[in-house]
Amino acid sequence: MQPLLRVENLAKRYARRNAAGGREDVLALDGVSFEIVPGTTLAVVGESGSGKSTLALCLACLEDPTSGSVWYEGKDIIKLAEKERRKIRPQIQLIFQDPANSLNPRWKVLEILREPLVLRGGISREEMKERAYSLLGRVGLSVEITERLPGELSGGQRQRLAIARALALEPKVLILDEALSALDCSVQAQIANLLVELQSSLRMTYVFITHDLGMAEHVADEIVVMNDGRIVEQGRVEEVLRQPRQEITRRLVAAAPRLARVPMAPIGR
Amino acid sequence: MMRYFLRRLAHAFLLIFGVSILAFLFTTLAPGNYFDEIRLNPQIAPETVAALRAQYQIDRPLPLRYASWVNSLIHGEMGFSFAYNSPVAPLLLVRARNTLLLTITATVLAWGIALPLGVWSAERLGQLSDRMITWGTAALLVIPDLALALGLLVLAVRTGWFPTGGMASVDFENFTLLHKLKDLALHMALPILALLLSALPLLVRHVRAAVAEVLGAPFLLAAQGHGISKRTLLYRYALPAAANPLISLFGFSVGALLSGSLLIEVVMSWPGIGPFLLEAILARDLYVVIGGVLFSTVFLVAGNFIADALLYWADPRIRTESGSQ
Repeated sequence: MQPLLRVENLAKRYARRNAAGGREDVLALDGVSFEIVPGTTLAVVGESGSGKSTLALCLACLEDPTSGSVWYEGKDIIKLAEKERRKIRPQIQLIFQDPANSLNPRWKVLEILREPLVLRGGISREEMKERAYSLLGRVGLSVEITERLPGELSGGQRQRLAIARALALEPKVLILDEALSALDCSVQAQIANLLVELQSSLRMTYVFITHDLGMAEHVADEIVVMNDGRIVEQGRVEEVLRQPRQEITRRLVAAAPRLARVPMAPIGR
Repeated sequence: MMRYFLRRLAHAFLLIFGVSILAFLFTTLAPGNYFDEIRLNPQIAPETVAALRAQYQIDRPLPLRYASWVNSLIHGEMGFSFAYNSPVAPLLLVRARNTLLLTITATVLAWGIALPLGVWSAERLGQLSDRMITWGTAALLVIPDLALALGLLVLAVRTGWFPTGGMASVDFENFTLLHKLKDLALHMALPILALLLSALPLLVRHVRAAVAEVLGAPFLLAAQGHGISKRTLLYRYALPAAANPLISLFGFSVGALLSGSLLIEVVMSWPGIGPFLLEAILARDLYVVIGGVLFSTVFLVAGNFIADALLYWADPRIRTESGSQ
C-alpha cells in the first residue's frame, strides 16, 4: 500500500548557548526516515530529549527541518512555499501533551471549536454551532460545557476538546505528542479507546509519540525507537517490543511495568 | 459586573479622599506661607497682612480649613488662589485641558507605536532587527527626560523647524481654523516628541517581552497548525493573550506620562499644570498646590480605572472570578 507520509533523512539542528556563553549546535534530528501507511498508527518512542517532539513539529509543518524531506500525498511539504504549507497544515493536526496550554484560556468551548470551522470558511453560524455540537458528541463530551472556559474543565475533558478541535478540520493525520501522559490512568485508557474508535470510523492515520511502551503496544501497528535524534530501531510493534535488538529499546521495555505484566485490559479493538 | 465596577469606584474615591488629606497636611506642614513673603515687603503695613490672613482664614485649625475646602470643592471652586485672587477651579481647568491635550495625545501615540513595534520585535526575537530595537530602547532609557527635552529644544532652535515654546503663535486669534490646527500641531510637536521618546522604550520592551512569552504557547502553535496566517496569529491570538500585563502597564503609563509631562511643560514652557504648579509651590499658593496634586491623582486613578475596565472586558477569566465572588 502507498504510504501516506514518507519521511526521508530528516535533520534538525538548533543553535544553543552553552554554559560558557558560546554557541553550540544541537542535533535534535539526525537522518530520520520512515513511512506511514494510511489508517495505521506509528508509535514514536524514546526518552525525553530524543527528538520526538521536534519530529512532531516538523511533520506538522510548524518547524522547518535543516535538511531532508517529508512527502505527503506526492508533495515534499518541506519545500513548499508558506502559502502552500498553510493549506497542508489543517490536514496534519498535532495534539499536545498538556491540554491546559493548548487551548486558548480566554475562549469558551464553543469559540474554541468554532475557530477551525471559521478558518475552513463557507459555513453559516448556525451550521457551525451544530458542527461543534456533533464534534463534542463524537469525543464524548456533553453539549452543556459549550459556555465554559478551558480552566473550568477537567484534564480529560480538555484533551477530548483538543481532539474535537483537531477533528473539526477533518485531518488525515493526527500527531499525538505525549497526548495521554498528562492524564491519570483511567482517563488515559478512555482517551486511548476514543482514539482507536475514531481511527476505525474515520480511517485516520496516527503518529503516536510517547515514552509509555505499554500504551504504544496497545495502540500502534509500527514502532520507531529514537535516541539522540536518530532512529535506532523500527518495525512491527510486537516484534520490536518482544525482541528488542538495541540496548536503548531494552532499557525502555524494562522501564515499562505494564509490558512485563502484559495482558492489559483490551481497549476497544 | 456592576459590583466589580462599584467596588473599583469606591476604591478610587477612597484613594482620592486620602490623597486630599495628605496634600492638605503636607502643604500645611511645609514652612512658610504666601503671606510671609508679603510681610517682608516694607511698603505693606503689618495690619494689612493681618487683615489678609484673617480674610483667607489662614490661622484657623487644620480640620476646619479642610472642611471649608471640601465645601468649596462641592461648590466647584476648589479653594482660593492668593496669587491670582480667584477661585482655583477655573484657573486649573484651562491648564488641565492643555496638559490633557499633551498627555492623552502622547499616550495614544506611544501605545500606537509600541504595540506594533513590540510585536514585530518579539516575532524576530534574537535576530538583528530585534537586537537593534533592544539597543535603541536601552539607549533611550538611560537618557534622562530633562536631557531629552533640552536636546530637542536645541534642535528646534538650530533648525527653526518648530516653535520653541508656548502653545500658540502671537496672532493665533486671526488664523483660519485649518491654520489654527496646524499652528497647534507645530507647537505640540516638540513636547509630544519628548514625551514619546521618554515613554516608548519601556512600553516597547514590555510589549516585546509579553508577546515573546506567549508566542511559544502550545495554543498558538495549535492555531498555527490550523492554517491561520502569521499576521492573524500575532494580532488576534498572541496580542490578546499577552494583554493582561500590558493593560496594567497602560494604567501605570498614563501616570508616568503625566508626571513626565509636568517636567516637559516647564522646560518647553507649555501652559499646562506643570509651570502652574511649580509657580504655585514657589509662591506657597496653598490651594493651587492642593488642586494640582488632586488633579494628578484623579488623572492617575482614572487611568487605572480604565485599565481595570479593559482587563474586565479583555479577559473572561476575570469576569468569571468576579461573578463567582
